[in-house]
Amino acid sequence: MPKMNMLQAINNALDIAMAEDEKVICFGEDVGFFGGVFRATSHLQEKYGRARCFNTPLVEQGIIGFANGLAAQGSVPVAEIQFADYIFPAFDQIVNETAKFRYRSGDLFNVGGLTIRAPYGGGIAGGHYHSQSPEAYFAHTPGLKVVVPRNPYQAKGLLLSAIRDPDPVLYFEPKRLYRASTGEVPEEDYQLPIGEAEVTKEGADITLLGWGAQMEVIDRAVELAEREGISCEVIDLRSILPWDEDTVVESVLKTGRLVITHEAPLTGGFAGEIAATVQERCFLYLESPIARVTGLDTPFPLTLEKEYMPDHLKIFEAIKATLAY
Amino acid sequence: MTTTQDIHSPDFLAGDEFTIPTFRLLQQDGTLFEGAEAPDLERDKARRIYQAMVFTRVLDERMMAAQRQGRLSFYMQCTGEEAAVIGATAALDDADMIMAQYREQGALAYRGFTFDEFMNQLFGNELDYGKGRQMPIHYGSRKLHYMTISSPLATQIPQATGYAYGQKLAGDGHCTTVFFGEGAASEGDFHAALNMAAVHKVPVIFFCRNNGYAISTPAVEQFAADGVAPRAFGYRMHVIRVDGNDILAVYQATREARRIAVEDNQPVLIEAMTYRLAAHSSSDDPSGYRSKKEEEAWREKDPILRMRHWLNDRDWWSEDEEKELQERLRREVLETMKRAEKRPPPPLDSLVTDVYADVTPALQRQLDHLKTHIRQYPDAYPRGARSLDPDVVAGDDAAVKGGE
Repeated sequence: MPKMNMLQAINNALDIAMAEDEKVICFGEDVGFFGGVFRATSHLQEKYGRARCFNTPLVEQGIIGFANGLAAQGSVPVAEIQFADYIFPAFDQIVNETAKFRYRSGDLFNVGGLTIRAPYGGGIAGGHYHSQSPEAYFAHTPGLKVVVPRNPYQAKGLLLSAIRDPDPVLYFEPKRLYRASTGEVPEEDYQLPIGEAEVTKEGADITLLGWGAQMEVIDRAVELAEREGISCEVIDLRSILPWDEDTVVESVLKTGRLVITHEAPLTGGFAGEIAATVQERCFLYLESPIARVTGLDTPFPLTLEKEYMPDHLKIFEAIKATLAY
Repeated sequence: MTTTQDIHSPDFLAGDEFTIPTFRLLQQDGTLFEGAEAPDLERDKARRIYQAMVFTRVLDERMMAAQRQGRLSFYMQCTGEEAAVIGATAALDDADMIMAQYREQGALAYRGFTFDEFMNQLFGNELDYGKGRQMPIHYGSRKLHYMTISSPLATQIPQATGYAYGQKLAGDGHCTTVFFGEGAASEGDFHAALNMAAVHKVPVIFFCRNNGYAISTPAVEQFAADGVAPRAFGYRMHVIRVDGNDILAVYQATREARRIAVEDNQPVLIEAMTYRLAAHSSSDDPSGYRSKKEEEAWREKDPILRMRHWLNDRDWWSEDEEKELQERLRREVLETMKRAEKRPPPPLDSLVTDVYADVTPALQRQLDHLKTHIRQYPDAYPRGARSLDPDVVAGDDAAVKGGE
């Protein structure tokens, strides 16, 4: 099996989707000849022509509005927003249009073909505007699906599912891992399920839950915890919306303890939603309060980024505190 | 309101009815075009402009090199666009507001932002006015009337319209100039800004640096129209296109624009035709999307050299002065960089201040919790730990790399 980094896996998924279905169209700022600022769309214009892979003018609301229309027509647009931090001019198109297209028309029209790709997350000295994790804003919008892969294998399988999913999908890519995360990725076409979490490690004492780039951070915390004899169960949520309550609940019923982590700020972060559901469904089984290890309730900083980040040491401390409760 | 005459056959207008000329005064050899007249620009001011241009070039060259050496996480050059930015700034009153995009350090240089001030921001140290929170080149200066840079493109354009409306109400005779690239002019914010400015008769100058590229995207893929200038007609706004590498033309056009803005309360659009000679940023490599030949052709239109020829011809500048200036700036840029690099980062508390006017109880709890954690693992958080206990110098505190 070939080894790929996450960008290569994403590029490979786009290539497969475009080869298989001529309705798949990729576009965004610098996406065409240049192949995107991160090169996720490298060589796609060369292979499939300028009509199917192209640069757009610099206007995010235009990109997504155009994508909505294109999807409504029956094409399968894969729109790139260069950084998730710059998705907000398109917020209206996504929240009021993409999410409600099917519902408001009684399913006369839909934009189910649409996939929006955007690199998200910190750890790259990107400051306020090249670091944010906006998944919770979109998780508050029924009608959208929100997916975040953790490694190249997941990235390819989930992106192919997102493109072929009957509903619009926001696909947030952990850019810190674009080149840092490598692994074996099958060359052939495969899909991974949207809406299903994955237990990446079984354990007995505590459940650790995250998504995207935080999974690697969780793994480092688990190493520290297991040295102290703590048995950790690890779950990658993979889909933020819809999210897999059953897998998480089943795990917490077993371990009785839950630590949730994300880079986005604490208040209004998706961990809060998970915690509320878990306490409803596992109340009598919980041995300790559900812990959240997240960014601070501040804009994403720069010089003190390391201090801000919910790193493995903070997760490790939360694991210990939860067990000692 | 629409005023129109009736026609009785379906005659469309194709948009080619208007052509936009380019205002030019200075040729590359430093002489004026035939029939052109130099603006009223006195010797001292001309020298100030020139020195700011050289200052900016020296800063950019040195800091891009520092970025390549790993001393700085990120950098963006103004190279090739110094005349557009500094010529426009020089035509304003020094107390007029400037809202820049991110490539306009020349404006600050002209207004007297010092190397130390640049360096403190670039290295995000304890003296950075922005408290180390933003990426390099996100300068701001209240005393120099330069709004702190925000990375999202074009957001500053409607803000400039609003700021200038406030200036009009205040009646202090000032205006706002907002800079942006031809790429950013595609954002919805651009259109909103121009329309509101025209409707509300706002003293704002929209200064478009049409430098040919939005990262890799050439202007021909950005708009089908003849540049950005024709859009002014749609909003009924004064407009001029100017050779952005021609310091005299930029200066004169902007001075007249300022008169229209301040005296007539009318917004103006200026489109400066120039070229981004350097990469978009330190994260970009233009060799993947444009030719060396194209770059060379524009290098020959260097705006700094063009102005130097003009100054030399008038005996307002000498080779000795040039040598002295270059040496002094190169020495100062190194000295100030070394100084700024060594300064400690902003204190840990600065993580939670300025989110609101006052730190909320919840944020204070988060900070306290963080402090407890850092005291447990001081080596893992050298900056935070040093801030908690300045006597302890922990771990490696080199500039973090990366950033797009």
